Order: sequence, then C-alpha cells, then structure tokens
Amino acid sequence: MNIIDLTVNELQEKLKNKELTIKEITQAYVDRINEKEKDVEAFVTTLTDEALNKAEEIQKKIDEGEINGDLAGIPIGIKDNINTKGVKTTCSSKMLENFVSPYDATVMQKINSENMINLGKLNMDEFAMGSSTETSYFKTTKNPWDLNRVPGGSSGGSAAAVASGMVPWALGSDTGGSIRQPASFCGVVGLKPTYGLVSRYGLVAFASSLDQIGPITKDVKDAAILLNLIAGYDEKDTTSVNMEKKDYVKALTGDVKGLKIGVPKEFFGEGINEEVKNSLKEAINKYKELGAEVEEFSLNVAEYALATYYIIACAEASSNLGRFDGIRYTYRTSEFKDLKELFKKSRSEGFGDEVKRRIILGTYVLSSGYYDAYYKKAQKVRTMVMNEFNKGFEKYDVILTPTSPTVAFGIGEKSGNPLEMYLADICTVSINIAGVPGISIPCGVDSNGMPIGMQIVGNKFEEEKILNVAYTLEKEIKFREKYKPEFKK
Amino acid sequence: MSREEYESVIGLEVHAELSTKTKIFCSCPTKFGASPNTQTCPICMAMPGTLPVLNEKVVEYAVKAGLATNCTISKDSKNDRKNYYYPDLPKSYQISQYDKPLCENGYIEIDTKNGKKKIRILRIHIEEDAGKLNHDDFGGGSLVDLNRAGVPLIEIVSEPDISSSEEAEAYLRKLKAILEYIEVSDCKMQEGSYRADVNVSVKKKTDEKLGTRTEMKNMNSFRSITRGIDYEIDRQIDLLEDGKQVEQQSLRWDDVSGKTFSMRDKEDAQDYRYFPDPDLVAIRLSNEYVENIRKNLPELPEKRRERYLNEYKMTEKETDIIVSSKYLSDLFEEAADICKNRKAVSNWIISDISRILNEKELEPADIPFTAEQLAHLVMIIDKGTISSSIGKKVLEELFENPREPEDIVKEKGWVQISDEGEIKKIVAEILANNQQSVSDYKAGKDKALGFLVGQAMKATKGKANPQLLNKLFIEELKK
Repeated sequence: MNIIDLTVNELQEKLKNKELTIKEITQAYVDRINEKEKDVEAFVTTLTDEALNKAEEIQKKIDEGEINGDLAGIPIGIKDNINTKGVKTTCSSKMLENFVSPYDATVMQKINSENMINLGKLNMDEFAMGSSTETSYFKTTKNPWDLNRVPGGSSGGSAAAVASGMVPWALGSDTGGSIRQPASFCGVVGLKPTYGLVSRYGLVAFASSLDQIGPITKDVKDAAILLNLIAGYDEKDTTSVNMEKKDYVKALTGDVKGLKIGVPKEFFGEGINEEVKNSLKEAINKYKELGAEVEEFSLNVAEYALATYYIIACAEASSNLGRFDGIRYTYRTSEFKDLKELFKKSRSEGFGDEVKRRIILGTYVLSSGYYDAYYKKAQKVRTMVMNEFNKGFEKYDVILTPTSPTVAFGIGEKSGNPLEMYLADICTVSINIAGVPGISIPCGVDSNGMPIGMQIVGNKFEEEKILNVAYTLEKEIKFREKYKPEFKK
Repeated sequence: MSREEYESVIGLEVHAELSTKTKIFCSCPTKFGASPNTQTCPICMAMPGTLPVLNEKVVEYAVKAGLATNCTISKDSKNDRKNYYYPDLPKSYQISQYDKPLCENGYIEIDTKNGKKKIRILRIHIEEDAGKLNHDDFGGGSLVDLNRAGVPLIEIVSEPDISSSEEAEAYLRKLKAILEYIEVSDCKMQEGSYRADVNVSVKKKTDEKLGTRTEMKNMNSFRSITRGIDYEIDRQIDLLEDGKQVEQQSLRWDDVSGKTFSMRDKEDAQDYRYFPDPDLVAIRLSNEYVENIRKNLPELPEKRRERYLNEYKMTEKETDIIVSSKYLSDLFEEAADICKNRKAVSNWIISDISRILNEKELEPADIPFTAEQLAHLVMIIDKGTISSSIGKKVLEELFENPREPEDIVKEKGWVQISDEGEIKKIVAEILANNQQSVSDYKAGKDKALGFLVGQAMKATKGKANPQLLNKLFIEELKK
C-alpha cells in the first residue's frame, strides 16, 4: 500500500480500522514532498517540520480521547492567497514576499478546528492572475505528467501538489477557472462552488464578485467531503448565503438515470482541440449508456463572456489591489523623494507585468467617461449571461463542456502572448460570470498521455447534482486506476 | 462697480461622525483619544483578504438624520468605492455612497435677518472616515494612526441656497443642534466630529449663471468658516473686478494669516473611479423600518423652542440660547424640574454658564457638573444659605471640581451671615471707620450707601446677607 496514492476517504477508512496512524500518513507526505518538490516546485512555503510536530500532538490528543473526528490529522495544502495566521501569505508576489498574516481565513479556522494538518502554502499565478503559474514571482510550477508543461493556473501549485501526491488534497480559489483549469491540466478533480456558498473572508481578493474558494482533490468523494467542511454562511462575509447545510457526500448515489444533460454546441466549436472533443464525446456516450438524457443545445454566452470577464475582473482587481501601496505590510521601494514616488515605485517594482496589465485595464474601464461604455455595459452583459444559464437550467439538470480547449501547454509557450493565454479560460469564465457551480474531472488522456478535463456545470446551489454526475462517470471510467503522472523530463 | 452688485452663493458639505459604539465595517470601538492604532483590527487596517460588514446602527442613525431634516429615505441604496491613494486610507478606497444615497431632497429652516429661510439638503449619505497622519517629531516623516479609519460618518450636502457667512453659520448651528437632539452625533468640533467643506462662488445679481466656485476643505470652527467665507467672497469679487477669472480649485483656509491657499494643482485633478462595492450587498429598507424610526424620533429643537415660548413664556433670547444646544436644554429642564425655579436656572445658563463656557472654550457637552448640582445651587440661594454673589463663586468651583454645592459652601466657609445681631456689629464697625461716607449720605449723596455696603461685604468676604445689610445700614443712618 502506498499511502500517497490513497484518497482522503480511503485514508479515513484506514485510520478508522487502525491500519494507519496520523504520524505515518504525515510522514509519507513529508517524504514525498522531499522527493518530488525539487522537480514540481508546487510550494511557496513548506511546513513539513511543523506538520510532523502537529501530527505527534494530534495523535496524542486522539490517544487521550481529547479529540475525535473524521478529519483530525488529515494533511492538506493551501493556496498561497488564503490567509494563514503566523505563516506567510504571499499571493506569489514580490509585493507580499514577507507578509505574515495576523489572522486566519474562515476556511482556515474550519480546517484548524478539525485538527487538520497544513503541509504548506501552494504556488499560484501572482494574485491569481494567470492560467499557468508562470506569473508567480517565485517559481513556475511544473506539470507532474510532463515537467516541461505548465500545471495550469492560477491554482497550479494546488493541482500539481495533489497530482504528484505531495498533499492528499488542497484548497484553491477560482475567479475565472483557476481551480477547474489546473485540475483539468493535472488530471485531478477541481470544484468551484456557487458564488456565496463558501466564505471569502481571508481570501486575498482578486475580483470580489467572482472569487470562490474550492477543493482540489484526487476524487469526487473527497471534493464532497472537503466541501462539507468549508461550505456555509459566514457573518464576516455578507456575500455568503445563509441557507441550510447540505451533506454533499450523501448526494453521491452513482445514479444518473433520467437525468437531463445539456451539451452546448458553442463549447465544441473552433479552437477546441479535436482530442479534447473526442474524449468528451466518449464521456457523453457513457452517460447515455448510464441512462441519462443527453441533448445538444445553444448556450449563447461564450462569445461575450471572456470580454465581460476581463472588464469586471480587472475593474475590481484595480481597486482591490490598491491597498498594496508600499505603506504598511507590502514591499516598499528603497528610495523615493516624495509620497507620490513612494506609491509609484513601490507598485512598479512590487507587481509583475500581468498584474500591472490588469490594473491598468481595470483603471481604464472605471475611469470617468469610460465607465458606462465598459463597466456598466459589462454588468448588463453579465445579467444576460445569467439569463442564458437560467434558460439552460429550465431544460437541463446539468450542462457539460470541456474544462479547457486544450491539454496542458508547454512552459513558455503562451507566456509572451496575453490574449492567447486569456483564451485558455474560454470554457470556464462564463460559469463565474453567472455565479453557478462547476466541477472539472479527468475524462481521459490525449495521444501524449496528457489528461483531458470535463466540466459539469449546475444551477446555483446545486452542487449535489454536479458532484453526483461527476462521481457516476468517475466510477465508470476509473481514470486513477488507468493513468498516473510520470514526471516526464 | 460696487460690491452691492454682487451676490454670493454658498453650499456646505458637512461631515458628522456618528456616535455608534463600533466602526462602520468592523467591531472596533470608536472612542476618541485612544493611543495610536489601539482601536484597530485586520479589517480596518485593510489586511489582505478582509471583508467589510455594514453596521446596521449606521443605517439607522443616517435614516434618523434624514427624517429630522425632512429628507426622502431611499428604500434601495448601496455602497460604492471611492478610489484614491493616501497613507491614511488603508484600502486605497473609501467606502461611500455615490449615486444612491440613503437620504435625498430635504431641508432645514434657519433664521436670518430677513426672517425664516429654507436651506435645501441635496443628500445625506453614509461613509467611513480615514485614519490620521501624525508628524513624527523624533524620526521625521509621518506616522499613520488608523484608530479613526472606519469611524462612521454621514455627509450632508446642502444645495447652494446660502448667501452669506451669517447664514452659513446659522445653518451649521441649526444642523448641529438637530444631530445632537436626535443623538446620532456628538458634533464635537475640536475633535473633528463635525466639520465642513465650504463651496463659495460669487456672481453679479443680474447674472443668471452661477460663478466658478472654490472649495475650502475640512473646516472645523464656526469662526474659521465665517472668516473663510468672507475672505473668499472678497477675494473672488476683487478678482472679477480686476477683470480676472476665479479658478475652480480646492483651498486650505489658514487661521493665522486669515487667507486661503491653493491645495493642489490642476494636473492632479482626481478621478475617483466610483463603482459599487462588490463586497457589500445592496441596502434595502422596508416601509415599516423607516416608519418605526420616524415614530421614535425625539423632540427636535424647533418643537422645543415652541414649547419654551408658548408654555414656559420664556423670552426669545433666552430660548434661543438654551435650545441651540441639546445639552444645555436638557440641563435646563432637568435642573428646573428639581429646583422648581425655571427662571433662576435659565438665568444661570444664559449668563454665567455661557460666559464660562466661552472663556474656557468649552462646548456645552463638556460641562462637568450635573443638573442636580446646578439645581441645588439654585436651591441654596433661594433658601438664603448663600447670596447670589457667593453663588457665582460656587459655580466657578463646580466647573473646577464638581461636587455638591452645600459641601463647597461648607468647606469654603461661605455660609451667609443672616444673624441680625452679628450684622449690626459689622454695620456699627463700618460706620465708625467711614465717617466721611456717613456725612456724605446725610448730605444727600445716596451713592455713599453703596460704598458702605461694599465695605461691609468686603469685611465679611461677601458672606453678609445683602438685603439685611442694606436694611440695617439705612436704619442706622436714619438715626
């Protein structure tokens, strides 16, 4: 038995049956980090010593009957834009290189109260702006399936760490595809919950009206387990929704008979790789065999979603990132002659090119005289996109699309062309615009052995449905049994 | 051309700090004067990842202010971000309200030399205060204190209906009184909890079009505001008379030189890039909510004024002084209730108490003694325990070290001498030592009596009962 190949739900089973101890599990992951991190570079900060100490401490408490619980002692990795008290939270930016957070995000409080073990903070595109982790100030994370390729982004560190077995699962954040696209590139499961299901308190804001924290896991059941923990109303986040708690694990029935699946033809057009299309078609056929009703339909959003997304996301980012001004906890330029120069130089030197590009774009669309033409119009289009999805969900239980138009691309392949890079999000951004949930699961590999992701989209707060639809296919195709990352050099 | 051909147009933007216990978007206390950065948390320090949660009391207080100034309350409202960079603004944006303020289209009435005048209120919106920069005398440079960051404010924007510095002052005093009466702000000007941006323009009376306006920022005393307005009016008329243009700009009023100075040049013209704050849900108020606040509004100064004039038959002058401050007015009513001598309490307030407040540059809310202590002062005078001249000394003591007036009188040995025998002795002594005055009095110089009484008072350190003293002197002199 190789511990690092087990899912969390398998680990829980083995802990319960006393086949494994918390110490053994943590040690296995620490060993794996020591072995693989030099190749994959998924972490900004590793907490291996702390994790081993904590494992010891928790084991003692369990032995003494002080604590119990299904999640006690389970390790996890955290994207480096989620605040962790006493630990650096850098957002992979020079701006926050030395920022040690004085508080825990709400999701971290939940993780800590379950006595889970944080193995470290995971690399990402700077301030979550990017689709490859190449905009990280510190390092580019490598795709565990092929180290010459990107892991996707912005939660590339989280997806690569899960895929390479350095963490059993991780938290990511998703503003336009930042959980689902890297999950797809790395052959793991990634869920972006409905906007408002998970508290954003403590997630460093990129675009406040789009950001959501979500799980990146080895299988769908683990995603449901982690969602059970992090979902729920938080009085510290007024955009979180106060509703009854659900049990997402219970929703995994493995039965999709009679379920209506809509396949939007706009998501299978030009620009979508043929091998991706073919893999999706196979999955669609599987669903038909399993008794689901699959129908092609028109979802007229893809055309506008990307432009709308970049206007809204950049506008909000330009304001959200204003606080990184060189005055308090950020990078500060060494020489300046007045206040204006202190601001200018600290921000010019502290932010990377992609972040600056988006701040400039966002500042422009909010400027007086341009606001109506861009930001206001984008908000109107946003309403249209929501209406289009609503119409879709009147007819279908879930909507099925590719997660990304391609498999993972090569490092450096798109980093010189921002527009081409933005197209990597074409299948995912409209889901954030509409605020609905989406999950990416691996559905096959291409001729180079690179994983292909499929996205299942649900109506607001219908995570149960998309998780079950994902779970049913996962059981059928047994991706994890057939394929494993090879760390190809 | 003469100045009479011009008229001035003035608009005021008043910022009043709301007296909620906690800040507008976090639960830090709002108390004034704490050590720097002790009333802060990750939220008001704008740590990355933190989120604001709107304090419902702030909405309630702003709605109260809107209702008390005859505004329409918006049922649908929202918070917007105003983006700009400054070290005292930790998020680099201020959460304010842009196109959907909580309250709109109100007015208040002021008294002018030509009678009552309505000053319209364009809007009242809620927003957060910024922090403060303190100059560092040791290391040089500036230090940021974020205690005030996130303290709730309302901004009350008037229409440009004000035409002189006197009217501006009347408007500001009236508005301040209203906010104090409804208990939403303590309006302490020295602490900056009631301050105004003043917009001034001038035009020829015959002109339809308004002139170019200038704005004086952050003024926090009535005197600076009236002086600043008068100066700006003069300066602008002078410019126009010289055939020059008034430049639209922000100005800083300097109290020492009595002049205004330009604050920033044109190339820095700010674009605040307002947009709805995505971290906060929209504000929706029900009719019941608003009506409930309306029903529970306390008595406003106008109402109280009518009551004093009609029921208490007080003079306009004393009424206006007392009603101008809720604190004075409450003090008056409470003290009068206890001592049952309304006239005496009113006299104390409009004369000696007002004088001392002026001398010490205190606001009524700073009065250190209680209504009960003031009432007891009136009562011991009425009882004849002390004279009213001793009463003035007791009042000074009450300001210095407030305690029971009886105790002060005892401690200081100020009890009035009303014993006829003892006073007779004093009278005899004074008469013996002032033969010249006695002769003068007898020769018809009535003034001499005043001198003799004064001498007796001096000899008794003011403790002799003045009526008795007068009576006995006359008796003796007539002998």
